[in-house]
Amino acid sequence: MALAQQSSPHARKARSTSRLMLWVILATVPGLLAQTIFFGWGNLINVVWCIVIALAAEAAMLSIRKKPLAFFLKDNTAAVTGLLLGLSLPQFVPLWVSAIAVISAIVMAKQLYGGLGSNPFNPAMVGYALVLISFPVAMTTNWAQPGLLWESAPGFGETLNLLASGQQTVVDGYTMATPLDEYKHKIATHTAAEVLEHPTFGEGVARGWEWVNAAFLLGGLVLIGLKIITWHIPVSMLAAIAVMSLAFGSNPDQYAPVTLHMLAGGTMLGAFFIATDPVSAATSHQGKLIYGAAIGVLVYVIRSWGNYPDAVAFSVLLMNFAVPFIDHYTPPRTYGHHKARRGVPGKTQG
Amino acid sequence: MTQLWDFAGGIHPAENKHQSTSRPIRQAGTPERLVLPLQQHIGEPAEAIVAEGERVLKGQRIAEVPNGMGVPVHAPTSGTVESIARLPVPHPSGMDDWCITLIPDGEDQWCQRHPVLDYRKLERDEVLEAIRNAGISGLGGAGFPTNIKLRPPKDRKVSTLILNGAECEPYITADDMTMRERSDEIIAGLKIMAWILRPERCVIAIEDNKPEAAAAMKKAAEGTQIEVVVVPTKYPSGGEKQLIQILTGMEVPSGGIPADIGVMCQNVGTAIAVARAILEGEPLIRRVVTITGEAVTEPGNFEALLGTPIDYLLSRAGLQEAKLHRLVLGGPMMGYTLNTPDIPVVKTSNCVIAATAQELPDPEPEQACIRCGQCSEACPMELLPQQLFWYAKAGEFEKAEHLNLFDCIECGICSYVCPSSIPLVQYYRFAKGEIRVQQAEQLKADRARERFEARQARLEREQQEKELRRKERAKAAAEAQEKKKAEAEQATAKGEAVDEKAAKAALVQEALARKKAGAATASETQTTDAENSSPAPDIPALEKQLTQAKSKLETMQSMLEDAKAQQADNVDKLERAVAKNHERVKRAEEALAEAGADTIPATQSTE
Repeated sequence: MALAQQSSPHARKARSTSRLMLWVILATVPGLLAQTIFFGWGNLINVVWCIVIALAAEAAMLSIRKKPLAFFLKDNTAAVTGLLLGLSLPQFVPLWVSAIAVISAIVMAKQLYGGLGSNPFNPAMVGYALVLISFPVAMTTNWAQPGLLWESAPGFGETLNLLASGQQTVVDGYTMATPLDEYKHKIATHTAAEVLEHPTFGEGVARGWEWVNAAFLLGGLVLIGLKIITWHIPVSMLAAIAVMSLAFGSNPDQYAPVTLHMLAGGTMLGAFFIATDPVSAATSHQGKLIYGAAIGVLVYVIRSWGNYPDAVAFSVLLMNFAVPFIDHYTPPRTYGHHKARRGVPGKTQG
Repeated sequence: MTQLWDFAGGIHPAENKHQSTSRPIRQAGTPERLVLPLQQHIGEPAEAIVAEGERVLKGQRIAEVPNGMGVPVHAPTSGTVESIARLPVPHPSGMDDWCITLIPDGEDQWCQRHPVLDYRKLERDEVLEAIRNAGISGLGGAGFPTNIKLRPPKDRKVSTLILNGAECEPYITADDMTMRERSDEIIAGLKIMAWILRPERCVIAIEDNKPEAAAAMKKAAEGTQIEVVVVPTKYPSGGEKQLIQILTGMEVPSGGIPADIGVMCQNVGTAIAVARAILEGEPLIRRVVTITGEAVTEPGNFEALLGTPIDYLLSRAGLQEAKLHRLVLGGPMMGYTLNTPDIPVVKTSNCVIAATAQELPDPEPEQACIRCGQCSEACPMELLPQQLFWYAKAGEFEKAEHLNLFDCIECGICSYVCPSSIPLVQYYRFAKGEIRVQQAEQLKADRARERFEARQARLEREQQEKELRRKERAKAAAEAQEKKKAEAEQATAKGEAVDEKAAKAALVQEALARKKAGAATASETQTTDAENSSPAPDIPALEKQLTQAKSKLETMQSMLEDAKAQQADNVDKLERAVAKNHERVKRAEEALAEAGADTIPATQSTE
């Protein structure tokens, strides 16, 4: 009788990487829904387009690298990269710009580094930053004007036409500066009250954006509840943004208020879905807290004193650089040890 | 309520314990043959003290560890020693090792037993010796010899004695059923161990998924100071380090033993073995084994004689061979697969899982690590399994060691939770093995280097000493030369030829005289030779002989000097030989003096 020879453990819990990724995809559904309701069909079209391009680019690279296609494609990670780009790109960004973002994410940031698990940088954010720097007009002027899907937004067909037309700028009536952009550029010459009169702010904090962020927060909490991510990165990142905002920007006539920082822009998407990408994030609890907090600080610094109205992509990428360093100095204290062994071998501190 | 602490991480795998708890412990009976490995625990292997064909009695010692750490092996029943040979033993590698095969005679005839009813009257060392002689090693885990464990280092006082009945691994119910059915024996054994150690606190820890066992133990412990503590079910609460943390809040120092923090853990099965050894004089010859898994129709616990083949137990439990896919010895988290069921039960065998392919399916192909951190969330030792994996795979063992690789208890949790189906524990075992090999090689290399350096230093020293002596010798020789010269001058003044040529001439003269005498008395052939050779050609030959003799003397002298320098044994001999040669030269000189000058022209004429 041929008995199976395996090394222990013999029992395993069935929760595969592809299942984890599927949960990540599902957790973005509330956010995507909110985006669609308040900003029209743009994000939905972007998401589908980006996922298709991501899978195609992944498949092409896998076949060039002579890797089994089905085995790797079914891990859903390429789909997640496409999805995250689709969720974060402006609604009216031309399809070719988003294609460039996705292809550079999958080909350059992921596959050229060795594929899944070997990429030091968050692939989606590499793609995002690349097109943001290369096509600043397309990436800053194409944010949809907030308005309910069934009232003011352009229809599905029209949106698709606009996206496919390849024009870097879209008819002005459909787009509008984002709340963070508006605040940043107006506050130098206006009072807070005057700035907030702009329709992009609406009745609450930031029209539409507040719901989108709330929906991503909800999805993120689901991921924490399912133990797919831990609370450390999102909490420390949000806390850092809040602390920075209260410490440096308490005067609304000078800086955007804390509520705007929290509920406008890509804050929640970044905190729960982007900064938490495990491959490029720090590993230990302490490391994650430092990593998340540093991203939060950078987000605030770039938003307030940098050239860009939002800064999740740059902050995440900058901290990706620091991850190996953070990891070396933040291992947990192992059972039976007085303290953690920090640093690298030979240069031990403990 | 006793205060309890929690340990980091941990998991709640499917328990699968009910299958084997529905039936009471069954007696496995006596199989046709018993196979008793000589090494059943860590430490030194035992040596057989019986011969093939010898009849042995039940309980008779059949193998002993003459020195080193180890305990003897006893015959589980009476019968005949069939063979002492290498057979498959329970080991992850599936290796063979020395085993005594015993054919039971069915009489189950005991040897003389020496029960001690009141052990309190004995010395503690005597009781420990009795435990050793009963062949008891831990029945729970690695099988550490119990008598050694019960004698912690002098400076370590055990204040808390823990009886580990947590049995946290899925499937295994041997301890559970033992506690349900044999609680009195367990308490008796625990009392003996407590008497030896004199702890302040004595705790029996049981996971809360075993209420019957906890109730039985509580009942048996009534009227004693023994605490029965129910701990929350979470794997690996039964791990020694984790259980100590749960019960005391303390951590065993890395690289240390529980006694370092005043704690000792013993297994419930070990307690029974101790009770039987002392109170009944019965050595460790049987144990309870769980036989379970979906490939057996009647899973349950068997009390089996040590050496009982596992396939015998499987057939007792109703094995359906067609369904059997994987045979695991131990639990599903830390056990290992067997490649044959023809393996004996030993002192540490607690469970056999005959699993179907659906029950324990083959692992999915390994995917890339995405550093999701599920493993580090669940690691009970608070390691970073994903980083250890990264370093182990990259061969960066130094970094893996730095991240406390050697604190890994191989509980299997990281592999269990890994969404990418990475066999993490296997990577760690590999890395540990590689590091041990490297360390051994490093040690070897260090020793070789030390040896080489010591040799170099010695040779250099000798060289220097030799040089020194040579200089001294040269000086002495120069002085001697000077003296000789002075003497020679004196001799010249006397008109005596003492130079080399004169000496040579004397020798030639002497040789010629000998030759003549020899020719007169020689045999015919020699005579022919002598006749054919005129006296004149004889002289160069003799001269040649003389040169040879002189060079021999020189060689001898230099040999003597070397020998003196090296303080060799043959110095005396050489000295005697040189003296002899000197004498010869002296005689030659005298002969020369007697011969006078007329021989010299003869020699000269040949030149």
